[in-house]
Amino acid sequence: MDEFIYLTFDGLSRGLVYAAFALALVLIWRAARIVNFAQGAMAVAAVYAGYSVTNATGSYWLGFVVALLTGLLLGVVVERVVMRFVDHSSPLNGVVVALGLVLIIQGTLGIIYGNEFQPVQTPFSRDAFEVGGIALLSRYDLFVFAAVGSVVVILTLLFTRTAVGLRMRAAAFAPDVSRLLGVSVGGMLTLGWALAAGVGSLAGMLVVPTELGVHPTAMDIVFVSAFAAAVVGGLDSPIGAVIGGLIVGLLLSYVSGYVDVSVTPMAVLALLVVVLLGRPGGLFSSSKARVA
Amino acid sequence: MTGVQTNEGGVTDVQTKQNAEPVPKQGVDLPRRRGWRPHPVIVVLAGALIVVGLTYVLPPFRNYQLATVGAYLCVTAGLTVLTGLNGQLSLGHGALMATGAYTLALTQNKFENLPLSFAAAIAVTTVAGAIIGLAAARLRGPYLAGLTLAVAIVVPSVASTFDETFNSDQGLSVMLNPPPEQFPMEQWQAWLCWSAALIVVLLLALLSRGRFGRDMRAVRDDETAAKLAGVNIARTQVLAFVASAACAGVAGALFAVLAQSVSPGAFPLTLSLFLLMAIVIGGLGSLFGALWGALLLVVLPALSQSVSEQAGSQRLEGNLALIVFGVVLVVVMLAAPGGLASIPSRISRMLRRNR
Repeated sequence: MDEFIYLTFDGLSRGLVYAAFALALVLIWRAARIVNFAQGAMAVAAVYAGYSVTNATGSYWLGFVVALLTGLLLGVVVERVVMRFVDHSSPLNGVVVALGLVLIIQGTLGIIYGNEFQPVQTPFSRDAFEVGGIALLSRYDLFVFAAVGSVVVILTLLFTRTAVGLRMRAAAFAPDVSRLLGVSVGGMLTLGWALAAGVGSLAGMLVVPTELGVHPTAMDIVFVSAFAAAVVGGLDSPIGAVIGGLIVGLLLSYVSGYVDVSVTPMAVLALLVVVLLGRPGGLFSSSKARVA
Repeated sequence: MTGVQTNEGGVTDVQTKQNAEPVPKQGVDLPRRRGWRPHPVIVVLAGALIVVGLTYVLPPFRNYQLATVGAYLCVTAGLTVLTGLNGQLSLGHGALMATGAYTLALTQNKFENLPLSFAAAIAVTTVAGAIIGLAAARLRGPYLAGLTLAVAIVVPSVASTFDETFNSDQGLSVMLNPPPEQFPMEQWQAWLCWSAALIVVLLLALLSRGRFGRDMRAVRDDETAAKLAGVNIARTQVLAFVASAACAGVAGALFAVLAQSVSPGAFPLTLSLFLLMAIVIGGLGSLFGALWGALLLVVLPALSQSVSEQAGSQRLEGNLALIVFGVVLVVVMLAAPGGLASIPSRISRMLRRNR
C-alpha cells in the first residue's frame, strides 16, 4: 500500500511534465495542424542553453529563465524561417520537415556539447517528505506541480479571457474570416509556435534533472510519451492533453514500480497502439474517428 | 487528382475538412508518358553487369562501401514504394532492420546456414511488418508517423530488457563461414548485397508496374475514389507495408553479415530519419531515387568523417553528417518536394508560366 501511494504521487509528478509537453504539441496542432516532431529536439536545445548559463553564472534561476526565453525564440525562428514555407497539401510534408529539424538540432548540439549525458542541477531537493512513515512527495515534485499548474492557468486565462487569445483561436479556426476582420493570422501563428515551444522547454527543464541528465537525444522517449498523452486526450483538446499526461505518467510509474523500469518504453508503445486503434480521436472525443 | 475536392469555400469547415483530407495530393506526380522506358529486367541485368565489373576494379575498402550501398538500397527501395507510391510514412524501418539483423544473428549462430538465416530474417520481419501494417492501415499522416516513431525508439530498448537472448547493449556477434578462397572477402560481400538488392528492386519494380502498383497509387491519391473503383484499401495498405518490411528485413540481415555483429546502437532513431532523407532526396516513389539515396547514405557520412578528421575534432564526427542530412531534408522538402529529379521539370514549368 505504501508503495502504491508513493508510486501514485511519483506518477502524478511525472504525468504533469508529460502533460505540459503534450500541451505544447496540442497548441501547435490547433494553430497549424502540424504535429511538431521537432518539439523534443527544440526543448533539449533550450535546456542546453539554460545549462550553459547556470554553469557560467552558478544561478539555477537565471538558467531557467534563459531556457524558457530560448524556447520562445526557437519557436519564433522555426515558424518564421521554416514551417511557414511548408507546402501543406500533404500532411507528410510538415512531418518530414520537422524530422529534418530534429537532425539539424541534434547534430548542432552534439558538436557544441558532445554526445555524453551531462548531469544537471535541481533547484530543490529530490528527497521525499515522509508523512506517517510513507514517502510522499519531494520539494522538487511540489515545484513541478506549481510550475505546470501555473502554465495551465495562464494558458487558460490567455485563451478564454484576453483579446489576443480570442484572435489566436479565430486565426486557427477561420483564417480567412479573421484576416478580413483585421487579425494578423501569420502573427498569431508565430505567437502560437512561440508559446508552444516555451511550454515545451519548460517541460524539458522539469524532466531532464529527473532522468540521466542532458543529452542531444534526451527528449526522444519523453516526446513519445507526450505524443501518447496528447493522443490519449485527443490532439485537439488542451484539457485532454493534461488528463492524458497524468494517465501516461501514472501508467509509467506503476509499470516501473511493479514490473521493471526497462519495460516502460514498451508500455508507452502498447498504450499508444491500444488508443490509436480503439479511439483514434482520443478518449474524450465525441466525434467519429478522424483521418488526419 | 479529381474526385472529392471538398468545399474550400465553406470557411468554418475549412479546418476540419483539411484535416479529413486523405493523404497526399502532391508528393509524387503521376508518371508522365516519356516515350520508351526499358523493362525492369533489362535495367537490373545492366546493373548487375556494372556491379560485377566494379568489384574487379575497386580496391577492397571501396568494395565494402559498394556492398553497403547495396544493403541500403534494399531498404530505401522498399521504403520509397511504401511512402511514395502508397503514401504511408514509416519511421519504423530502422527498427524493422534491427528485427531482421537480430533474427539473422540468432538463427545463424544456432544453425550456421546462411540461406536458412536469411529466410528466417525475412519471415520474421514480414510478420512484424504485418502487425505494424495492420495498425498502420487505420492511421493517417501524423498519427502513423507518431506510432512508427514510437516503434523506432522502443524496439532498441527491447534488447536490454531481454538481455539473456539479445545480450543487451553489447549485442551479438555473427558466426560466418569464410567465403570460397578464390574471392576476397569484400568482393564476396559486394556480390551478396547486390544480388539481394537487385532482386528486391526487380520485384518492387514489377510490383509497382502492375495492378498492385496502380492500386497503391489510387489509395494514395484518393481513398474514396479508389474504394468506388473496387480497390480494397486496407488490404492494399497492409500488403504494401508487408512488402516494404520484408525489404527492410533483407537489409538488416545484410548489415548483420557485413558487420558480423548486431547491437542496438547500430539501429538508432537517426537511422530511420536517414532512410527518410534518402528517399526524399531522390524523389518519393522513384526506385532510381532510392539508388541515389542509398549512395548518399554511404558517401555523405564518409565525406563528413574525412572532414572532421582533417579538422581534428572528435565531436564533428557523426554529428556533421546529422546536420548535413537534416539540412538536405528541409531544403529539398521546401524547395522541391518531388526530390532533386523533379527540379528540371519544375523550372521548365515555371518558365512556361512566366512566358
